[in-house]
Amino acid sequence: MNFFKPALILGFAFLAVFGEATLTGLREFLGAQVDLLPALMVYAALNADIVTLTLLAVCGGLWFDSFSANPLGISILPLFIAGFPVYLQRGLILRDSPFAQLALGAAASALVPGLVLLVLLNGGKEPLIGWGTLWQLVVMTVGGALATPVIFALGEWCGGALGYRLRTQVSFRDDREIRRGRKLK
Amino acid sequence: MLKQKNYLAVGAVVLVVVLLMSLPSRATSRLKLAIGSWFLPLFGLAGAAQQLPADLADSVLPRRELLKQVDALRRENQQLKEQQIQTAAIVRENNQLHALLDWQQNVPWKFKPANVVLRDPANWWRTVLIDMGSRDGIQTNMPVMTPDGLVGRVSAVNYLNSQVVLIGDQNCRVSALVDNTAQDMGVLIASDPLDNSLVQIGYLSTKANLKAGQNVVTSGLGGVFPRGIPIGKIVDAQSAENGLATEARVKLNANLGALEQVLVLIK
Repeated sequence: MNFFKPALILGFAFLAVFGEATLTGLREFLGAQVDLLPALMVYAALNADIVTLTLLAVCGGLWFDSFSANPLGISILPLFIAGFPVYLQRGLILRDSPFAQLALGAAASALVPGLVLLVLLNGGKEPLIGWGTLWQLVVMTVGGALATPVIFALGEWCGGALGYRLRTQVSFRDDREIRRGRKLK
Repeated sequence: MLKQKNYLAVGAVVLVVVLLMSLPSRATSRLKLAIGSWFLPLFGLAGAAQQLPADLADSVLPRRELLKQVDALRRENQQLKEQQIQTAAIVRENNQLHALLDWQQNVPWKFKPANVVLRDPANWWRTVLIDMGSRDGIQTNMPVMTPDGLVGRVSAVNYLNSQVVLIGDQNCRVSALVDNTAQDMGVLIASDPLDNSLVQIGYLSTKANLKAGQNVVTSGLGGVFPRGIPIGKIVDAQSAENGLATEARVKLNANLGALEQVLVLIK
């Protein structure tokens, strides 16, 4: 089994969560922090196996919640719900099309915070929500949508630069060689 | 359609979530600490990267500029010494008056400076993490402030770091006092999710005489925040709860969006 892709995806999730907690420029400018984990779930759903997808949902959710006032583990299920249907339908999705990446990234980035808020409110927690939350959701959706093609391009580039590829099939096959001339005995 | 591997994945995720949700809060906070400690090497790297531009700027600062700064600091130091002498005299007089009236002396508070190392990545909480924990004597519910004013309180303590819940979050309610003749009292409640420089002060009397620019300080009620810590200034007021109470917007003195260093008040 090739461990390069799972390691790459989990490493990127690790850095993404740390970046979200330390880089505050976008939050100050737009009033909301963009979450990259849903976009990464879309990438993992279309390019990795189910084990990597599950690991990303569990580890990404745990890392995110460890920095947040969220109850630990609350982000895991929303992340998995955003990635699993995409994984099931991956055969029908044009994964190389930037529009498909953009649309899936937007849907996942809107779904995950919405589900987390729903679970929090159902659990009796008091998150800070108001009319401004709608703007925050818009920023997260658009930001996540724009980040998805970038993550795909980055993943392709890293895969090409650092990973190893399968040996490509050449057209020449010695068992189909046409022998010309007479056979010498 | 669903293969056995997919069933296993769904089962594993549900199992992990159920397990985590059923853990007691103490175990959860320990687990949070353990997971958060994976990021410790990155904290070091980020700190070094933030320090690098400042170090570079320091190394190229001309001598004339440095001498100018030293001169300004000397003058400021002289002014502070004069103020300190005056303050010491006032404190002495205050203590004598306290003794004459047989009032209980105020317990002196000490500050511990701490660095803000990260902010809550979720948009619906207003918390930060500081680089001081139980190792440094930090305990839950200790007030946190900057030289400008109140910032929040310590909500969770780990060995090396602590979580501070900021004013404006639903989990940080502060009993506040408007610095006017009537000394109107209210409670700081949640604010707009987009603007962290404004908070609401609610449960004020309908007869409250509020004017823009009046100072708001902590009232000392509740036992968490000592009396007199500056919070902010009144911006405007309006009737609330169908005319049964008054609400006002308060512009915070401390800039919550650009917190780098904070002071933790220790008894």
